[in-house]
Amino acid sequence: MMTAMNPRMSTSMSEGRINRLEIQHVALLSRLHLTEEDITEHTVILNRILEYFAKLNELDTEGVSCTSHSINMNNVFREDVATPSLTAEDALANAPEKELNCFKVPQIIQEG
Amino acid sequence: MKNEKRKMKNEKRKMKNEKRKTENEKRKNEEREMKMDLEPVIGIEIHTELSTKSKIFCGCSTKFGSSPNTQTCPVCLGMPGSLPVLNKTALEYTIRTALALHCEITEHTTFDRKNYYYPDLPKNYQISQNYACLGYNGWIEISSGKGVKRIGIHNVHLEEDAGKNIHPESGDSKEYSLVDLNRAGMPLIEIVSAPDMNGANDAMAYMTIMKNLLQYLEASDCRMQEGHLRFEVNISLKPKDSRRLGTRVEIKNLNSMKVALKSIEYEIERQKEVLESGGEVDQETRLWDEAAGITRTMRTKEFAQDYRYFPEPDLVEIHITPEWREEIRKHLPELQGQKRNRFISQYGLPEYDASILTGNKLLADYYEECVRIHSNPKTASNWIMTELLRELNQKEWEPDTCPVTSAHMGNLIKLMDEGVISGKIGKQVFSEMLDTGKMPGEIIRDKGLAQITSEDEISGIVEAVMKENEGTVEAIRGGRNKAMGFLVGEIMKKSRGKANPKLVNEILKKKIGV
Repeated sequence: MMTAMNPRMSTSMSEGRINRLEIQHVALLSRLHLTEEDITEHTVILNRILEYFAKLNELDTEGVSCTSHSINMNNVFREDVATPSLTAEDALANAPEKELNCFKVPQIIQEG
Repeated sequence: MKNEKRKMKNEKRKMKNEKRKTENEKRKNEEREMKMDLEPVIGIEIHTELSTKSKIFCGCSTKFGSSPNTQTCPVCLGMPGSLPVLNKTALEYTIRTALALHCEITEHTTFDRKNYYYPDLPKNYQISQNYACLGYNGWIEISSGKGVKRIGIHNVHLEEDAGKNIHPESGDSKEYSLVDLNRAGMPLIEIVSAPDMNGANDAMAYMTIMKNLLQYLEASDCRMQEGHLRFEVNISLKPKDSRRLGTRVEIKNLNSMKVALKSIEYEIERQKEVLESGGEVDQETRLWDEAAGITRTMRTKEFAQDYRYFPEPDLVEIHITPEWREEIRKHLPELQGQKRNRFISQYGLPEYDASILTGNKLLADYYEECVRIHSNPKTASNWIMTELLRELNQKEWEPDTCPVTSAHMGNLIKLMDEGVISGKIGKQVFSEMLDTGKMPGEIIRDKGLAQITSEDEISGIVEAVMKENEGTVEAIRGGRNKAMGFLVGEIMKKSRGKANPKLVNEILKKKIGV
């Protein structure tokens, strides 16, 4: 199902191949800084992984409907009841920086 | 032979391309000539928080206005190893909304991860719906300038809200933001319209009717101040008779209908100017800048938008059986049209009154509570439509945040009907209630506003006024009945509006002898 969703992914997967550009794009989305050597290395490694996954294509899935989940279970709900939360102190315990009981982060939006 | 054929094919293709080129130019020229007649094409996304007691995937409270980061837990903080469990009420509210919007309900619906980096999104993804939204292909009718118009609803889906960024005012505020995650994980419904609106008026009618509908469905409070209703608008312009859509611009950050409307009006003019001066509209996201009253290009440190949606592995599929769906449909609350008809039949109201009172669910509730306290449906309707609505509109209050509550209003009408005060004094009491929030009985007592119903007291005032206006009295006795009104006015003035007008008339007539 995943491959069917992203056209770019699906092409590269069916070819069993991922190129440098795509590695760079995914690195950007993941906020990873890769050197030229890293890119070369990961292109090779990821291609090997994808080729292994391509084995799944050998399966005959004719007549098997798509699923989003491997567990055969549905309709798991909770009732709408409010339960106690953490204290602000606990919630912020792992924050590298805090101020006024808030998480302090670099500003992201620039207007104009 | 093969080569020959290929050559011919190429020639043909070339000719076709040439033809297309000239057709394109022709069309462009035509468009330039028609440029004055540009028509906006608008689609609106509405986000509103559902009025559940707890968040969508955890038990944290959804109460508004608590101090920062006091309504969080490992699930909505995005702690590793925590698992979301769907709030059934949030799901049912969404189904209810989709049904009221005439949507088809997806039998097997799923959640997906929308991946992006933003400080108010603790997991670095938002749990939303992308591949199998709850509702599809609905519609709602708005009244536009040319009568009733049907606006398509592309889809209705359920997702979690993000936290809130606070930008500190002082010091090096440009350097950082503060994040409050109380809002992270609040259930959010998103309603995506088709691009079926063709101007600011259509958009306003759509937003108003949607707000009203959401309140009627009791799925959301739709309180703007609390950020319960947020909008994103897509706008493009196209020549009026063309079917081809222009380049569209998305405007985000619209936290009220008023702001959404202003941004639409601004953006239509901006794009018109760009197109009419021969330029091209860039496909981009813009933000509304309230202080400057303009839209601005949004630049973020993010790069290309690539959400890499994929099915949420922490949540299982939801199967909505036809039986469940119909059960929810059967229990849809009374909607505006039904309530309007009921107001006409139950309270004997004119259609006009019923339409205005049901134009806002909270106002309809206010009215019914008022009538429950004191049963005078038409007077209650008159007071609410004039005095109350004037104040609500002026002060931008909702009916249930006005200091004059339905209890104040019901009691005021009761006191008028019982003859304790006149209608005129009633207005004075009303404005006193607005200022102080005191109950009408208390105001009447404190200010000595109760009507004078003692015949002796009124007789005294009548005699005094008759003495001061002997000429008028003679004229009336001589047949000029019209002058009666003047005397009544003088008597009321002398009693500071408190004399019972009926008694005044009776006593005056007796004393003059007509």
